[in-house]
Amino acid sequence: MTRTILNTSAKSSKQNKSTKKTKRNTQMHVVMYLFLILFLCMMGNFAYYIQFNSTEDVNNSYNTRQEKLEIKVLRGKILSEDGQVLAETMVGKDGSETRHYPFGELFAHVVGYSTKGRYGVERSANINLLTSNAYIGERISNDIADEKNIGDNAITTLNVKLQQIAKDALGIYKGAIVVMEPDTGKILAMVSNPGFDPNYIVSQWDELNAETTSPLINRATSGLYPPGSTFKIVTLLEYLRENDSPEDYRFNCNGRFTFDGVTINCYHGSNHGSEDLRKSFAKSCNSSFANIGSELNYDKYKRTAEELLFNKDLPVRFNYRSSSFVCNDKADTEEKLHTAIGQGKTVVSPLHMAMITSAVANNGVMQKPYVIDRIENYQGAVIKQYKPDDYKQVMTEDEASFIKDYMISVVEEGTGSKLSGLSYSVAGKTGSAEYNDQKGDSHSWFTGFSNVEDPDIVVTIIVEGAGSGSDYAVPMAKRIFDAYYQ
Amino acid sequence: MTNIIVELSKYFMIICIAFYTLHGFIVFKYNNESDRNGFYLMQNLFMILIHFSGYVVLSLQTEDKTILVFYAMQQVLLIAIMTLYRIIYPLSNRLIVNNMCMLLTISFIILARLSYDKCMKQFMIVVAGLVISLIIPYIVRFSRFLMRKFTYLFGIMGILILSVVLILGSVTNGSKLSFTLHGITFQPSELVKIIFVFFVAAMFAKSVSFKNILLTTLFAGAHIGILALSKDLGSALIFFIVYIVMLYVASGKIHYLLLGVMSGGAACYAGYKLFSHVRTRVIAWRDPFSVIDGQGYQITQSLFAIGTGSWFGMGLYQGEPTKIPVVEADFIFSAISEEMGCLFSLCLILICISIYLMFMNIAMKMKDDFYRYVSLGLATIYGFQMFLTIGGVTKFIPLTGVTLPLVSYGGTSVIVTLVMFSIIQGIYILRNNDIPENFSGDVSNADTDEYDDNYYEAAGNPDSEEYDIETDEEYEDDEDDFEYFS
Repeated sequence: MTRTILNTSAKSSKQNKSTKKTKRNTQMHVVMYLFLILFLCMMGNFAYYIQFNSTEDVNNSYNTRQEKLEIKVLRGKILSEDGQVLAETMVGKDGSETRHYPFGELFAHVVGYSTKGRYGVERSANINLLTSNAYIGERISNDIADEKNIGDNAITTLNVKLQQIAKDALGIYKGAIVVMEPDTGKILAMVSNPGFDPNYIVSQWDELNAETTSPLINRATSGLYPPGSTFKIVTLLEYLRENDSPEDYRFNCNGRFTFDGVTINCYHGSNHGSEDLRKSFAKSCNSSFANIGSELNYDKYKRTAEELLFNKDLPVRFNYRSSSFVCNDKADTEEKLHTAIGQGKTVVSPLHMAMITSAVANNGVMQKPYVIDRIENYQGAVIKQYKPDDYKQVMTEDEASFIKDYMISVVEEGTGSKLSGLSYSVAGKTGSAEYNDQKGDSHSWFTGFSNVEDPDIVVTIIVEGAGSGSDYAVPMAKRIFDAYYQ
Repeated sequence: MTNIIVELSKYFMIICIAFYTLHGFIVFKYNNESDRNGFYLMQNLFMILIHFSGYVVLSLQTEDKTILVFYAMQQVLLIAIMTLYRIIYPLSNRLIVNNMCMLLTISFIILARLSYDKCMKQFMIVVAGLVISLIIPYIVRFSRFLMRKFTYLFGIMGILILSVVLILGSVTNGSKLSFTLHGITFQPSELVKIIFVFFVAAMFAKSVSFKNILLTTLFAGAHIGILALSKDLGSALIFFIVYIVMLYVASGKIHYLLLGVMSGGAACYAGYKLFSHVRTRVIAWRDPFSVIDGQGYQITQSLFAIGTGSWFGMGLYQGEPTKIPVVEADFIFSAISEEMGCLFSLCLILICISIYLMFMNIAMKMKDDFYRYVSLGLATIYGFQMFLTIGGVTKFIPLTGVTLPLVSYGGTSVIVTLVMFSIIQGIYILRNNDIPENFSGDVSNADTDEYDDNYYEAAGNPDSEEYDIETDEEYEDDEDDFEYFS
């Protein structure tokens, strides 16, 4: 710059005038190109948004324009992973449209409905189902002929066979089952009982809403239950984090543990005798875990729970309710001890429990669960492929393998023994979550995974008011694992 | 039948505007105005076709015949503008006239769809504005003399007007933008933009000594400061950018640009810390869906509109643009995208860019510093305002609440923009008159490259060869410096 100025000043004034002009045009060019770059970035952002990012936004329930699309597009199908139709729109001879669900009640909650508000996949893929990515010439000629375009199809990760087995296993019991792949987050089955038939959702709406059993709620994602002994997975993790040599732990169980005037009983008064940490976990000894609970730092414990997404939003695209963990160091002894054994104020959804189990199975990495595998146009060309996505490492690999090892013991020598000695290996944790003071009124839990070396599927089951986990939930899990490996 | 016309016209209008835009850029290839004539005529044809098909759809959809009378009035107006300019100012730039009319046409279509009353008012204002703007090119001749004599008066006038608004102004949308006199709302900051550009151009045309720059900066700072106090940060930003650009070009020193950008960044940060309504806008920009019920409502509605409309648009009257608050003014671009398609609005952006380029070209071709700076200033106002509004509604940058010149509804803005366009025309005509008779055949090459520039130089200087070499050298030098500093 300095050189330029010196050069310029050395020239005659006439010359100077002439050079100055072009020089100024250089500045004008700089300004002009800077502005052009700004404009092009703006246009690029706009086009990119339309092509790639707008769909997600448009699907927002605040966008009332979605109804406008229904006039122009024939709602696409929802398919299972192997292409079986889970939902489709039938057009009558008079042009009337009905949304048909061939499996009736089977996929009610996870696939959802679209005729009385929107729920399930019908909700999360709404804009995709109402968008046609058919060949452009076809769309234009349909537009002109005033005919509806055919919307795109949503292909789910759901497996009809597993869904059917899970539904059968749950039978008449109220509760929920989640089956997912721990290393991908794909949900293979998701059942909630009692259910409803989405084919008749409009006519039965009022009755369904009046039902005290809340059949419209997806218990798998929105049912919040006391976790019972399944929460000992979290307690164990916190114990590992606060103690360097967990193998030195010893406890002598005589069926109860009293601390600070608070007494915790073992389930049905069992007496576990002398035990180490592994046996305490395998036998699900309440006294021993209350003992552990009496030593923990509850602020850190809460932080550990929150790292596992208690009190947090879950990384999912469908409706759910957040699990909660409220205990902290200021809480009284009773609440602390109850929290350590999964009673107290802690509540968790079956989906969330499946995610925590998946993290254990998947070397500590939690995957984002998803139900929609891809969007295809009606001719089968893939429009959008959803890929497995890590949420994050929620525990170290060492912690995960330590807990996994203990969960194997649960099956081999503990409360999950009905799953031992099979053609496949299983690791898991049972739970019996008492939900009122009367003895015997407890939810039956199981959460675990099969093929422990390289886990294939996670199964999480809650059976409301049935009793102990090993008596009810474990046999159901066995039916699902059996079906998977058949 | 109606449907066929509505759908066909949607695609037809996209094709027409694509051709219109294409022709608007092809003319840059030709140096001779007579070679360009054919393209200009084609542009006029496409403009008429878009206007016609737009109003056919409007009348079909509203089943209102009086709208066709309104259409005829607009058509008469547009033809009148084009012919009057040709008759009164034969040397005027037809690309600017065409683009101006094209933007007005789009405005008339989309405003009539959004609100017939507002479109009617807009029409009246445009008529008034055009009558004023027809005499502007004459005034431009004397402006240089006037400005030289009364430079400070203009600077003080700008500050005074803004101060009056600050004191008397009524609070609208958290920004003190306007005051009302006898039922007519004025937005004086719009008018002050032009006064400001004239003032700065006159100051810099006199001298770019450090003292003079300091003095001008003080005036500019006062303008911007008052606007910031009025919480009209969109206008403050425009004034700021215009000043920095003019300062950089006039002084030729890159460090003014860098200093300006840095102090601008600091000012933005300060604004963010100081003003809560700036913070809410930034929040609404970064994650509008988290505040969808509050500050994010406007931008999410805009994104819904753009996203639902997608590439081809919903068709006129097929979307819900009126759900967006202040859609006629700040969000007109979203309404156009929703109903006429993203492709249509991309062409609209390109037309705006073509206008900006033509303004810049005229600035570069002017010999007289004062007119160079005025053109540059007005080009920058136009370009940057376009960037702020379109970038804002597409979530490229935070919303600043400025209008899209000539397209948005808004009295002061339309008149001021028409005046701006006429000033540029006046300058363009002056430049043509500058040239000796024997060159008049070729001089209309308003918009070209280095070669052209040198040629023009040659026209002015009999012994130009020598200078050409000098200028090239100087040019190279400057390039190096620029690279070094950037």
